[in-house]
Amino acid sequence: MQIQKDINDASRVINDIFYWAFISPFKGRPIRIRASISEMVKAGYNSVPIVSVISLFIGIILALQAAYQLKRFGALVYVADLVGVSITRELGPIITAIIVSGRSGSAFAAEIGSMKAAEEVDALITMGINPVRFLVVPKLIALMVMVPALTVLSDFLGLFGGFLLSVTLLELHPVNYFQQTINALLVKDILTGLIKAWAFGIVITIVGAYHGFKVEGGAEEVGRHTTSSVVASIFLVIVFDLFFTALFYFFT
Amino acid sequence: MENAIEVVGLVTHYGDREILKNISLSIPKGKTTVILGGSGCGKSTLLRHLIGLLKPTRGSILINGRDITVMKESELNEVRKKFGMLFQGAALLNSLSIADNVALPVKEHTRLEDSTIQIMVRMKLDLVGLSGFGGFFPSQLSGGMKKRAGIARAMALDPEIIFFDEPSAGLDPVTAAGLDELILKLRDVFKMTIVVVTHELMSIFMIADYVIMLDAGSVIFSGTLEELKASGHPRIKMFLDRQAENENYNPEDYLKIIAGE
Ligand SMILES: Nc1ncnc2c1ncn2[C@@H]1O[C@H](COP(=O)(O)OP(=O)(O)OP(=O)(O)O)[C@@H](O)[C@H]1O
Ligand SMILES: [Mg+2]
Repeated sequence: MQIQKDINDASRVINDIFYWAFISPFKGRPIRIRASISEMVKAGYNSVPIVSVISLFIGIILALQAAYQLKRFGALVYVADLVGVSITRELGPIITAIIVSGRSGSAFAAEIGSMKAAEEVDALITMGINPVRFLVVPKLIALMVMVPALTVLSDFLGLFGGFLLSVTLLELHPVNYFQQTINALLVKDILTGLIKAWAFGIVITIVGAYHGFKVEGGAEEVGRHTTSSVVASIFLVIVFDLFFTALFYFFT
Repeated sequence: MENAIEVVGLVTHYGDREILKNISLSIPKGKTTVILGGSGCGKSTLLRHLIGLLKPTRGSILINGRDITVMKESELNEVRKKFGMLFQGAALLNSLSIADNVALPVKEHTRLEDSTIQIMVRMKLDLVGLSGFGGFFPSQLSGGMKKRAGIARAMALDPEIIFFDEPSAGLDPVTAAGLDELILKLRDVFKMTIVVVTHELMSIFMIADYVIMLDAGSVIFSGTLEELKASGHPRIKMFLDRQAENENYNPEDYLKIIAGE
């Protein structure tokens, strides 16, 4: 019974989000542009430092791990291929999504949850303002733009991390390394990564909103749902990653 | 007398717990109706049903003759535009300033110029004695000030029906009296239908045209203020005379209660 209710709630939230984000704007109920921008700043701009640092480190780590194997075959220059492909196709999007889950997914659940606990959501409904349109759609727009944008940044810094390590510790020639990366990367790799990132943004928003709206009662509930929202959105991001990766493997 | 709201056979539950037990009542148009009742008897729950926030288990709620319990969300929203509601905890949006809170319904439902909206907001804030506080955030206000800001927001669109859930709780006598005057003015000048939940005897005698009293989920009285004063119902007398519920336990029973047996 509980599961049935959960599925019911989730499908209602998903339905509402898509209706208010993609259908109602064409019926003369515009999206709240200013709120969307402020969400972009909170979710995107403020994540820049942490995404940059982590991606840079991951790039370095990846190059080290690749070198460990490739060195034995005297194929060190292929470090560039390995780093390039794994960062753009996989690690850039997934690291970004996990960081955004932790920062924004939890913030969404906490914000909506405490508004629910303080009757603010009820107040919105009473004023004839749909809470999904008012609260969730700006967040959705923000993440649909910002997760791909942060992924580009992550890709760039990850590649740069690999490059840094290779030209110093591995003593590869910078121009060779650069050339090798360019040759290894296909536009397709970067594009599929960005498509995944876009989908992750949607997943994170939906999970955060779903858990926020599930709060009934006080502060303790808010905390519980905030935690669940992070766990669930990281899990779902990985599930979707598996799905998309399989899809791209067979159809591109 | 024309009725703004008519409730017929309303039964409501939270989970399995029955809160309102088959109540019927009517609220006259253009008058101030006060809803009385002990703490926890279901007054706030009743208001939440009247504005369509909760769906009842059974029964119907007619607003201007139309049943809101069977309405679709979009129809309900049209009806709600004619409502103003002050929640018991004020329920201001914490992320917006007081002025933005009051402006919100206006911005959402009208296409007025920003400058016009600002003037409207200042008027409403002045009405509740909060002029100059527009730039403050809800967290920077006292409980009573939040209440008053909530009232300003409820009045923002000059609604036909306005609901106040304990507007004067936590206010000093002077401010509370000012609020009573405001409520009288809303009725006399703006011809609003006003529904107030309150415990303040003073303000009941001052503002009420019509009184409904709930007790443990049932209506035990509805009628004019004169009828209320004349009523011989023991619960009503206790309420009006501010008597404590005299449950005189004998010592043995008392011991059993506190021992949790
Ligand atoms: N969200 C809820 N979930 C479950 N039970 C609730 C909920 N809200 C209220 N109740 C229960 O419903 C009953 C009526 O509550 P309500 O808030 O309507 O009382 P009230 O008459 O407004 O009291 P007060 O004067 O103290 O505000 C209470 O016994 C309360 O325990
Ligand atoms: Mg109450």
